[in-house]
Amino acid sequence: MYNIPEELKYAKSHEWVKDEGGLFVVGLTDFAQQELGDIVFVNLPAEGDEVVAGETFADVESVKAVADVFSPVTGVVAEINEELLDNPALVNEAPYDAWLIKVSDVTDTEELLDAAAYEAHCAAEKE
Amino acid sequence: MKLLFERSQSGRYQSLLPDCDVPAFEFDSSLLRAAPPRLPEIAEVDLDRHYTELSHETYGVNTGFYPLGSCTMKYNPRVNEAMAALPGFTELHPLQPEETVQGALEVLYDTGKLLSAITGMDEMTLQPAAGAHGEYTGLLLIRRYHQSRGELGQRTKILVPDSAHGTNPASAVMAGFTVVSVPSNPQGGVDLDALRKAAGPDTAGLMLTNPNTLGLFDPNILEITRIVHEAGGLCYYDGANLNAIMGHARPGDMGFDCVHVNLHKTFSTPHGGGGPGSGPVGCKAFLAEFLPAPQVEKRPDGSFGFFTPARSLGKVRSFQGNFLVVVRALSYILTLGREGLTEASATAVLNANYMMHRLGKAYTIAYPGVCMHEFVMDLTDLKDKTGVNAMDVAKRLLDFGIHPPTMYFPLIVHEALMLEPTETESRETLDAACDALLEIWQEAQGQAEMLHTAPHTKTIGRPDEVTAARNPVLRYAFEEN
Amino acid sequence: MGSYLPSTGEERRQMLEALGMQTLDDLYAAVPPEVRIHGLDLPEGLSELEVTRRVTELSERNTVFRSVFRGAGAYRHFIPAIVKTITSKEEFLTAYTPYQAEISQGVLQSIFEYQTQICELTGMEVSNASVYDGAVAAAEGVLMNVDGRKRKSVVVSGAADPQILSVIGTYCESRNVPLTVVPSKDHATDLEALQAAIGADTASVYVQSPNFFGILEDVDAVVAAAHAQGAKVVLGVDPISLGILKTPGEYGVDVAVGEGQSLGLSLGFGGPYLGFMASTKELMRKLPGRIVGQTVDAEGRRCFVLTLQAREQHIRREKASSNICSNEALCAMTASVYLAAMGPKGLKTAAESSAAKAHYLARELSRIPGFRLLSEKPFFQEFLMSCPTDPKGLEQYLASQGILGGLCTEEGILWCATEMNSKAEIDRLVSLVEAYAKEAK
Repeated sequence: MYNIPEELKYAKSHEWVKDEGGLFVVGLTDFAQQELGDIVFVNLPAEGDEVVAGETFADVESVKAVADVFSPVTGVVAEINEELLDNPALVNEAPYDAWLIKVSDVTDTEELLDAAAYEAHCAAEKE
Repeated sequence: MKLLFERSQSGRYQSLLPDCDVPAFEFDSSLLRAAPPRLPEIAEVDLDRHYTELSHETYGVNTGFYPLGSCTMKYNPRVNEAMAALPGFTELHPLQPEETVQGALEVLYDTGKLLSAITGMDEMTLQPAAGAHGEYTGLLLIRRYHQSRGELGQRTKILVPDSAHGTNPASAVMAGFTVVSVPSNPQGGVDLDALRKAAGPDTAGLMLTNPNTLGLFDPNILEITRIVHEAGGLCYYDGANLNAIMGHARPGDMGFDCVHVNLHKTFSTPHGGGGPGSGPVGCKAFLAEFLPAPQVEKRPDGSFGFFTPARSLGKVRSFQGNFLVVVRALSYILTLGREGLTEASATAVLNANYMMHRLGKAYTIAYPGVCMHEFVMDLTDLKDKTGVNAMDVAKRLLDFGIHPPTMYFPLIVHEALMLEPTETESRETLDAACDALLEIWQEAQGQAEMLHTAPHTKTIGRPDEVTAARNPVLRYAFEEN
Repeated sequence: MGSYLPSTGEERRQMLEALGMQTLDDLYAAVPPEVRIHGLDLPEGLSELEVTRRVTELSERNTVFRSVFRGAGAYRHFIPAIVKTITSKEEFLTAYTPYQAEISQGVLQSIFEYQTQICELTGMEVSNASVYDGAVAAAEGVLMNVDGRKRKSVVVSGAADPQILSVIGTYCESRNVPLTVVPSKDHATDLEALQAAIGADTASVYVQSPNFFGILEDVDAVVAAAHAQGAKVVLGVDPISLGILKTPGEYGVDVAVGEGQSLGLSLGFGGPYLGFMASTKELMRKLPGRIVGQTVDAEGRRCFVLTLQAREQHIRREKASSNICSNEALCAMTASVYLAAMGPKGLKTAAESSAAKAHYLARELSRIPGFRLLSEKPFFQEFLMSCPTDPKGLEQYLASQGILGGLCTEEGILWCATEMNSKAEIDRLVSLVEAYAKEAK
């Protein structure tokens, strides 16, 4: 049903996080992109912006809706994925390759789930 | 259909203006554009045919039934068009000396007075150009009020029900407030407990429409406005649904301090494919000093003139508003009068209940019971059982020659279809629409696939909106063609 | 009493019966008695004949001037007959917003054509489907660049139309956007002061050309000053003038806005009018209001659809940058028909004639002692002139002669001439002004 890579961590709000040696990479999960439908635009923050765990840092547009994306960590945006600005479809096609931001100076994280816990969380939401 | 630019032929020309009869004036070449704009070069006959073709691909109220919930697509009387086309109105420059526009000023004054009587307000501005513009203006009155009492810094929040139209929260933010969403109770009205918790010293006001977007009259309305007033906030009435209650209730009696009305909904002015509308704003006397300038007054000698209210918020639009739209509304109000407006509202409510009663035999009515001028059907059950959703039903209705109802609004109902027949429809029309919807319900039971790909009889099928948003093409590209 | 109800009393009775109700009153059972009323304090309704008589009488109490020499934000330009024919078509007049693309291709295509024409006129890359008027276009134009982070304030030229300045002021104040109005100098933008006012936190700089006094501004200097600080330029323009004058696109501005009333809309005592907005491609997603895009259906047929809707209020709600819903759609179509009927040649003629008539008027009025141009700077179709006699008295005198003279301002009279003013009319005006001035001595 949903692709949930083992090596990643997950937020309840359906973002994935990967720790690349202090640099935290954040994206949207397969569950999220399926729920959102065809994504037509991604509104990303700017490099240097602060993000706070549990608060929105970006939003994602489909034809008929906008969805907030929540940061799993507190820190500073070191890099944004500019490729998504021209090709938002990547989030649908390869959600785990289509990272949104990379965060440095991370001081806090949300409660993160491992793959199994996240899978259970998704199943519960769907009921 | 060809675009104007595809019909264009270089050198074609309509002889519309004479040669200049005074010496030419040459601007310095540094001030001139390098190349002329690539506007169509087209003969009048071809221009005429172009728009005839476009009109055949346009669905107007003159084409058929238009049960769009929240839009009040009632008939647009032709006499209103004739009145709005009178040269004594169309040829007036907005800055003519007052003594030369006494009739126009009287139009504004009289319309303001009539709308005040209908809504239970004391004063009215006709400056806002649309409902959302009116919302913004009304919220500015609230803002100015709190500012005048030194409380604007503290009163930062506007309470908005979760069933509200999107313009409500958007207007609140434009007016400098933050939005607090108030949940609805299971009956579809405002949850009073939630409202009591939300209302407090940081409340600037409440925005509400009654009947609400579910088509229900909130029986707790007096308590709602009392709660907000007690907290020190003001109550703003979104008049989009006024068509249900003219002559039967007035927002001014429900505890509202300011309102907007939509002339292009309740007062029959035509929608024009998306505008122009007009969103006059009314208020109680204590807010009148903040109204936009200019306002119209009647002087002791009987003449009319402009004035600037004592603490006017300034302007939200140039000049005095969409005057020619106001002319149409005035003609309508004069035509219907005391009895007609009351009867129009009652018949709008009757027609809605009639349709709801017939359709309720198959469809799930989101909030059963007597509705006002509109009602909402919840197609979640249909979707779960057959896979056919609200979008499919709406698109299939197009094959029956009927404009679909409002889809997926309000947000608190899933798979919503909101129908507002209005009063200007005959029983046959209502029955034909019900017959069509009931037939579609039958089709859903066995032909879901056909419905997923509806409509089938229009010149185009469902457009690819994803590509349109991902790779926007927003103008004709001369270079590529 | 007029009524547009098809249903008869008998039919309504039957429908009530089907619902198990007795009277129409039963429908309002949910309305609390304290709030319930049974009728309105309004006069009785009228028949169509009576309404026609009444409203026509109101229209006849207004003076329609044969000659108009006043502008100041609303202009009397020629309207080809075909414009009214087309825009009166019932389908265009009464249709709703084209959310259902399959039955709205007519409206959607016409908006796409309008957007294209506005881009051609302004030299910009993207246009929206309209906002309420030129003043709101200017306000929305400056606010769309405010990003809530670094770029948070707005600088505008005091040489712009006071009504536009007022609306910008309203919109900025309510959003807590700091606004600096740079006072004009010699009836144009004070470029030095403007430059000084622009800083690293300036989101937008608004200048109008022709400005309120009719004068063409040094837009190159404004663009240089703004872009040097990373601020965006929002230029207010006259659409007829763009038939010949350098476009906002050629000047390199970021947003072009203006009042489209001159494009086929009657003066109408102030409305409905038309606010157009066009921008660079970079700012496309910041434009408020509806936008139509081209796409295909499942069969590959070209079609048009409302697109980029996720910017708008019905989706973004409190996160939308603007609350606009209904716009001026039929007015935009009016402009589109006008531009198609006039074509590039017709528009050029309208622009050249307007400029020629205005300059001829200025020259002729200058011959009268005491009437002199208050600025030497280039102007399009309006100019400010001193008035040696009582300007209000002159206005009244001209009115008695069927002429709407220029607008009285503190400094003098703002005169306007367009292609609608024949040489004979202008000569007559000048001789009347001369006669009045002589008498008044």
